[in-house]
Amino acid sequence: MQLLYLACGALLLTAVLVLWRRELSVIIRVFAVQGAALAVLVAVLAAQENSVELWAVAVGVLVLRAGVLPYLLRRALAGAGESRRETRPLVNVSASLLAAAALTLLAYAVSQPLVALAPSAATQAIPVGVTVVLIGFFVLVTRRRALSQLVGFLLMDNGITAVGFLTTTGVGLVVELGVSLDVLLAVLVLQVLTTRMRETFGDTDLDELRELRD
Amino acid sequence: MSALGVVGGVVQPVLIVAGSPLLVGLMRQVRARLEGRAGAGVAQPWRDLRKLLRKERITPRGTSEVFRFAPLVLVATTLVVAVVVPFVATESAVDPVADLFAVVALLALGAVALALAGLDTGTAFGGMGASREMTILALVEPTLLVAIFALSVRVGSTNLGAIVSSTLHDPARVISPVSLLAAVALIVVIVAETGRIPVDNPSTHLELTMVHEAMVLEYAGPDLALVELASAMRLSVFLGLLANLFAPWGIATEATPLAVLIGVLALVVKVGVLGGLLAAGEVFVAKLRLFRVPELLAGSSLLALLAVAASFFLA
Repeated sequence: MQLLYLACGALLLTAVLVLWRRELSVIIRVFAVQGAALAVLVAVLAAQENSVELWAVAVGVLVLRAGVLPYLLRRALAGAGESRRETRPLVNVSASLLAAAALTLLAYAVSQPLVALAPSAATQAIPVGVTVVLIGFFVLVTRRRALSQLVGFLLMDNGITAVGFLTTTGVGLVVELGVSLDVLLAVLVLQVLTTRMRETFGDTDLDELRELRD
Repeated sequence: MSALGVVGGVVQPVLIVAGSPLLVGLMRQVRARLEGRAGAGVAQPWRDLRKLLRKERITPRGTSEVFRFAPLVLVATTLVVAVVVPFVATESAVDPVADLFAVVALLALGAVALALAGLDTGTAFGGMGASREMTILALVEPTLLVAIFALSVRVGSTNLGAIVSSTLHDPARVISPVSLLAAVALIVVIVAETGRIPVDNPSTHLELTMVHEAMVLEYAGPDLALVELASAMRLSVFLGLLANLFAPWGIATEATPLAVLIGVLALVVKVGVLGGLLAAGEVFVAKLRLFRVPELLAGSSLLALLAVAASFFLA
């Protein structure tokens, strides 16, 4: 149980670090740590339920979220050249950290009815998952670089997965497999898109793409 | 008032006063060695203090009583904290004062007295240092309160002695997410509050960057000695608090000479190791720009808030 809560703590801490740090390479490393924490969370649930299926999911989560996705992101970053920092987010870093504090309280408030449905040690941690979803969404809307928006999207997905496992102890291998493939595909498509954008405009700052050009 | 409390109340202030300049000396020595210098030796801060204490008392023209009393207030508040906080023994001589809010308020009182003294001199540097110190303090104090509050939630008491002895009885609590988040927040806050490197550089007198040094620029002789001693004591008090909140092992729970001796040794070792780590860390980081400091402190206060939130979610 202590290990489950520790994994939840790591999820929260890494979500905050993604918001806090500016260097994209650090953000990607933190994201890989978060994937590992998610895998630990699933593994703890698997050990509790004693189910082989959940163990397989845990290994899958570890490979995909702590291995493949960070690798793809790093490759996209290596191609990016000089734009390695999130220089001017729409909301500055200290304000976004305070916003994250507010989002945490919001997540706690909205997930109270969910926890009350079936109070157990795992469902107690639902607010953590909801917080990660909200912080991911916040990163998605306030960052300018395509790559950090991508990390925001993946953060949301991590949060959704965490909530899924905490509420139902596993949504089934097939569903999880489908979702994982979906995410992988989304990242691959976005990576290609980022590369194309940079080739065309020389930058991945999405705010520059507001106007139409010939 | 128990026997253990009295023993702690006598041993702790003596240990802190005698040991804190040595801690500063140790940290300087570690830095010097890592930077490839020989260093002045661990006892150098005591030699400096002795030299300063022998000098004549002198105060700048136009300063008032505020300037003269500030070092005394600073030393006195830190001494009270050194008496009551559970460093060597779990029980406190004056139990009601060993409360989280009272201790943080006492520490803040000392810092405010020094900032007022900086303003009282009427010089540009004094005012600038005081205004910077207040900016940092305003962000540090709530974080400090919230981070320790997160630890007090599961104990059900804000008494520091109660928090320490409950951690002693249930060591598994140390590796809970609440403790980890609170520990990270507390470390950042302690670095900011004691004016160590990413926030302030204690060894510089460069106009643009100094915070603490700018406030005490007008002090000389015995007053300067008091200010220096008090800031060394604050550093040891904060490090001791950090060590005992998260790793209270070795602290005396009964009033036998052996237990107290072990408590003293454990405190010296823990604070020494923490100080050495802090000094070694300082070698590898550059000072932050002043305008980036609020960002660091906002991050640590968020972590403290998350620690409190986690102590409610993951109860």
